[in-house]
Amino acid sequence: MRGTTRTVAVAAVSAAALLAAGCGGGDSSPSSSGGSTAAGKTGGAITVHGCTPQNPFIPANTNETCGGDVLDAIVSKLVHYNPDTAAPEMDIAESITSTDNQTFTVKLNKGYMFTDGTEVKAKNFVDAWNWNRNGVNGTLNSYFFDVIEGAGDMDCGVFDKDQGTGENDPKAGDPDCKGKPPKATTLSGLKVVDDYTFTVKTTEKVSNLPVRLGYTAFAPLPDSFFADNGKAFGDAPVGAGPYKLEKYTKGTDMVLTKNADYKGKFAGKVDKITFKIYQDTDAAYTDVQADNLDLLAAVPASALAGEKYKTDLPDRNLVQAIGTFASISFPSSKADKSYDNPKLRQAISTAIDRKTIVDKILAGTRVPATGWVSPVVDGYKEGACGDFCTYDKAKAKALFDEAGGYTGKMTIGYNADGDHKAWTEAACNSIKDALGVECIATPYPDFATFRTKITAEEMKGMFRTGWQMDYPSIENFLAPLYGTGAGSNDSRYSNPAFDKLLTEAAAATDGAAANAKYQEAEALLANDMPVIPMWYGKAVAGWSTKVENVKVTPFGTFDLTSVTVK
Amino acid sequence: MGTYILRRLLLMVPVIIGATFLIYAMVFAMPGDPLAGRCGERPCPPAFAAKFREQHHLNDPLPVQYAKYMGQLAQGDLGETFQGVKVSEELSKRYPITIRLAVIAILVELVIGVFAGVLAGIRKGKFVDNLVLVSTLIVIAIPTFVIGVLARKIFGLDLGWFRPTVSPAAPWSELILPGIVLGAISLAYVARLTRTNLVENLRADYVRTAVAKGLGRPRTIGVHTLRNSLIPVVTFVGADFGGLLGGAIITERIFNIRGVGGYIFQSIHSRDGVAVVGAVTVLVIVFLIMNLIVDLLYGVLDPRISHD
Repeated sequence: MRGTTRTVAVAAVSAAALLAAGCGGGDSSPSSSGGSTAAGKTGGAITVHGCTPQNPFIPANTNETCGGDVLDAIVSKLVHYNPDTAAPEMDIAESITSTDNQTFTVKLNKGYMFTDGTEVKAKNFVDAWNWNRNGVNGTLNSYFFDVIEGAGDMDCGVFDKDQGTGENDPKAGDPDCKGKPPKATTLSGLKVVDDYTFTVKTTEKVSNLPVRLGYTAFAPLPDSFFADNGKAFGDAPVGAGPYKLEKYTKGTDMVLTKNADYKGKFAGKVDKITFKIYQDTDAAYTDVQADNLDLLAAVPASALAGEKYKTDLPDRNLVQAIGTFASISFPSSKADKSYDNPKLRQAISTAIDRKTIVDKILAGTRVPATGWVSPVVDGYKEGACGDFCTYDKAKAKALFDEAGGYTGKMTIGYNADGDHKAWTEAACNSIKDALGVECIATPYPDFATFRTKITAEEMKGMFRTGWQMDYPSIENFLAPLYGTGAGSNDSRYSNPAFDKLLTEAAAATDGAAANAKYQEAEALLANDMPVIPMWYGKAVAGWSTKVENVKVTPFGTFDLTSVTVK
Repeated sequence: MGTYILRRLLLMVPVIIGATFLIYAMVFAMPGDPLAGRCGERPCPPAFAAKFREQHHLNDPLPVQYAKYMGQLAQGDLGETFQGVKVSEELSKRYPITIRLAVIAILVELVIGVFAGVLAGIRKGKFVDNLVLVSTLIVIAIPTFVIGVLARKIFGLDLGWFRPTVSPAAPWSELILPGIVLGAISLAYVARLTRTNLVENLRADYVRTAVAKGLGRPRTIGVHTLRNSLIPVVTFVGADFGGLLGGAIITERIFNIRGVGGYIFQSIHSRDGVAVVGAVTVLVIVFLIMNLIVDLLYGVLDPRISHD
């Protein structure tokens, strides 16, 4: 999940998915590339809207867009996501093969060089992944490696309450890496075969492993990284990507220059990219108008209202469907039992007039959801939610009465530091109007407070949730969110049939068969309605008069390799 | 005088210690786990969380955390933010910019404010007076972000007189527009304070005496009356300088200035206690010094107020 402090921005950006599923198929969407027709000249310098990276530039510790956008230009990974369709394409990997979806053989292309002059070899991947998953290093993205065999042996032991001051010791239950280091320092599922080949064995069948490998955390690391556990690397990352980090002035900007030794297929055209840090997107937007900033991936809400950006930036804007999903989640039974009846949850979903809210409140910048999976990923199937996502007052009321009504007040919680007040209130009004039950949108001061409540299962009443895909797969919209015990399963939904379908899908050797299983699992969600789908995101991007050939990926970021200077 | 200053400087030490503790305790008491928003919609991996808490002393009770912080501070180390950046490094980059901005704002409010106040004061009830009163009322009534956004659009974008946003180096010339915006509201207060006090003092006996003994109008007003009328203005401006340093959050955001206000705001947002305390401690010191300067200025403006 890319998000954190910028989740606010992300949620404000999102919007509709006109272009439908770009994935898998060969039809790239022409409307997603702006600028002129020709490939454009090479060279020149551009500036891109940036924000303060929350962590040092270590792939395994970068889980938000501020650092991620920069790092993605610096590192090459095994696979590269097509900027139009998000379909994975081989990059450093020559091939990734498997006969059983459990043991994968990765062959590397020769000749990829790190910017420190060493060649990218199989051991750079294996060492990197071992380091990333090692409990001692406590990385943010360690869970991406949980699927690899032996991951469990790399967790540190747990600090016993008897070791410290007893029950109330704040460290009780935390991993204790000093006292109880992990059993293993390497993942048993990773084996180097030769300099350009390694194998990955997963704990269970994972049909979409190759798709996942394009995520930043799977990037190779040079030998120099391990000398000081990434200390120097964090400030001056060394990758094998099309660009290298020339200079990072904290709080101000990050300057990237073209990597002259880059041998891959996805080279950039401009010579220099400067990520300028802004505190406020409105200021960045003004700079785009004044040609002081070239690329802005998220036009601010003030310019979205009344589609003002279309007159401010004529022919210099585009709308792109992106892999984000907004929803209203129900509290876990432990926190609040009053929503336990699925009929009631379906009634509430049917009572929300998504289309009117999107048009009137969100200026048409989202697409009302018809299911739980974003249209940008391979395997998307329209209408998984069925009638429950179509506004129907009478039907909602009938379902509501069938469910036995609701006593008390309903609430929808939201974090007040994002743009969520207007739409949560509108959703509440819609529910009130259709079901005749009191509903109040309840603000929490900020994202941290809000998430603390949810994670601790103390959140009573409904609350808003959002998701931004890590990698373009239907699985990423289902397993981490609704699987039993999954990391982002805020409603603590648990359905053995759903879990079983996920396992079967992961085992399927054929992509279409896997997708069919995932779709079957998604359909189950309509019966149980653990989370109400609200809408899919779209990004509205704008650029200055100085650049052309601008493209926005389904991740909502610019494709920095295609943009050119006029 | 010397002993007075020394006494005041010594008094600052307990105030600074007390203030840092209060701020530390308040940041500590804020609801929400610093780790909660850090990993988006999912909880952070336990190993990361444990390492993070260990690194930033989040497991310790408040007094221990505070003692550790003060221990570092005594060695001149302001600590590291959650992003792993040294607080001292951030502050040394940001304070000069914010100070430049505040100085421009203060100059604007002093020069224009006092001038407008004097004009209005000596022409009490006339057109100029009403003009100043009405225009300052309008400025006070409009929130800074409206003035700022309008100024950015009109002078930055449409007319192109200024850069709409400030570049990283933030030279004086680029800070003029933000400085005017920042100083606008205080300017209105300064003008009104000056006017009211001037009008009041112009009725005083010593003014009548000065006029009676044949002093010219400029000297009567400029030297005798204005000096006395400026005492409340100086008090206001002194306190305002500190306020402008830490409170320029809105102006800084609008013009993308990498200053202290935005830094404190972001740090509070991410529950980054060390960063907040560091930045605010410097602010407290600025406030204390400004207070001292203001008190000393009283003596200069009105010799009857003595510090010996």
